[in-house]
Amino acid sequence: MINLLILPIVIPLITAVILMFFAKKVTIQRWISAISMTGTFITSLILLHKIDQNGIQTLNLGNWPAPFGITLVSDMLSALLVATGSFIALCCILFSFGTIGRAREKFYYYSIVQFLMVGVNGAFTTGDIFNMFVFFEVMLMSSYVLMVIGGTKIQLRESIKYLLVNVTSSALFVIAVAYLYSMVGSLNMAHISERIAEAGQPGIMTVVAVLFLIVFGLKGGIFPLFFWLPGSYYAPPAPIIALFGALLTKVGVYSILRTYTLFFYHDQGFTHELLIILSLITIVLGSIAAIAYKDIKKIIIYNIVVAIGIITYGIGTMNADSLSGSVFYLIHDMIIKAALFMIAGVIVAITGTGSYQKFSGLIRHYPLLGWIFFLSILALAGIPPLSGFIGKILIARGGFAEGDIVGALVILFSSLFVLYSLMRVFINSFWGDPKGSKVNSNIGVSKLLIPISVLMIASISYGVFSEHVNMYITQAVDVLINPSLYIEAVLNK
Amino acid sequence: MNTNDLILQTVTKIVSFIILLFSLHIFFAGHYNPGGGFVGGLLTSGAIVLLLLAYDIKTVANSLPVDYRIMIAVGLLFAIGTGVGALIFDVPFLTHAFGYFTLPLLGKTSLHTAVLFDIGVYLVVVGATMTIIQTIGESE
Repeated sequence: MINLLILPIVIPLITAVILMFFAKKVTIQRWISAISMTGTFITSLILLHKIDQNGIQTLNLGNWPAPFGITLVSDMLSALLVATGSFIALCCILFSFGTIGRAREKFYYYSIVQFLMVGVNGAFTTGDIFNMFVFFEVMLMSSYVLMVIGGTKIQLRESIKYLLVNVTSSALFVIAVAYLYSMVGSLNMAHISERIAEAGQPGIMTVVAVLFLIVFGLKGGIFPLFFWLPGSYYAPPAPIIALFGALLTKVGVYSILRTYTLFFYHDQGFTHELLIILSLITIVLGSIAAIAYKDIKKIIIYNIVVAIGIITYGIGTMNADSLSGSVFYLIHDMIIKAALFMIAGVIVAITGTGSYQKFSGLIRHYPLLGWIFFLSILALAGIPPLSGFIGKILIARGGFAEGDIVGALVILFSSLFVLYSLMRVFINSFWGDPKGSKVNSNIGVSKLLIPISVLMIASISYGVFSEHVNMYITQAVDVLINPSLYIEAVLNK
Repeated sequence: MNTNDLILQTVTKIVSFIILLFSLHIFFAGHYNPGGGFVGGLLTSGAIVLLLLAYDIKTVANSLPVDYRIMIAVGLLFAIGTGVGALIFDVPFLTHAFGYFTLPLLGKTSLHTAVLFDIGVYLVVVGATMTIIQTIGESE
């Protein structure tokens, strides 16, 4: 079936519309959204298998040939990200059942989550730069609603900031696309890549490359542009931040990865060097902030910043090792950040506070939660059998191979800070005498632990079976290193 | 205080119909002339807004008993349905089809599935605009 690769976009879209008819019937909404997200996940796995068998899949929408219509392109990278994203969204939806509250559920919550997935899956799949902008907007509009839904004071304040920053960055995105279009005269990404390669990326194109870095850096949160992220991600309830932390910034990172490997790879001395410097500063500042805070949510938020820096460092280094490290780490980080935010949500729901100094001895009452949290910290820091290890070691190896010893060491040392920042939370809140914490019977913790455990099992098996995953990652990186593979698949040469 | 806005209401009764007809004209002109679903939808909601100005929200809601949120959903279903229809014939998503038909009153007419998509756009625009105006108007 030729339309297979659009199904991960169309299924959530249809579901979102159907859910609008059942706005007040919460049970129906829950069932429909969980079933359809399972369907999205399964189709994305089928798509993954098909790409593994037959190579890059393309679909010319409306049957118009490649550079003229909108082309959707599913290579291994985007299929992996679509599958991971749908899996995380499924877990977040299951997690929402017990946490989000009836008032929000009746106000189109599940519908908006589906629209968010339309935007995310679309941005990962599209092969047209302006269509990517449109999917970004679909994603951002939904995230505005999710950020403000419920209407508490902190949410209102933070969503104004979030909205302002993202409207600005979207305007910059349009300007960047306009510049690019005025120079290459095409919006199809494969065609743009071909045209830039013909012109050999003159200086003005490097300016556009930096403009794109600013745009996607604002969405993704790299060094001078992550100022909006800590406040905004602090405001909404746990399942929503789990979605945001896992997906939104990663779409920005994916776009940097795509544009910097497909379009602007001719003047690496400038653009990629800049990316490396910015990512190293991101890592350092993120690490400092992660150990500075005493609030568990803030600590995890700054760990997002560290992870973004590590991934973009791998993109900037731009060799086979570091790129596959980046892809490995990207997928690992999506899963683990969703799990961590959910765990933080459960802890805050139990104790009523996020500050880890105010309670201790949680392990006495919630042993399973404690050990899952412990495992997720180890996985995040990159302890060998778990999922964070292989990505980080590949990125560091790529850094050493390019002779960038400082950068690679920063990557390795950031692990210590990440480990310290969260292990401190674990020791203070789970060990010690049980004070400030008691069994809170109002929350069905065992139910909430199901999606978290599923995520953790995925994360652990991702680390243990990394040899098997590596088959797919290698295919993804092949396309990133050889843009000609992408261009040939799209333009049918 | 009870002001008498007889003139406004009488004029509205005539003018709103003209606006509605014009919006339909603009909507159907879209394929060959300037116009289309978006501007057509905006004009239609303009006519309804004029009714809202001349009467009050309750009167308009009684004379036009439409749930505009459902209208958005129906419009989206039209637009997506046009795309998904292509899946049945195993051609790429959003592939449109057209043909010439001889209709009883209109004679030889070209019908295009893009019109179905445009109806979707039209319904979404009317629904979204009216939802915005109604919710702002009703909140205190």
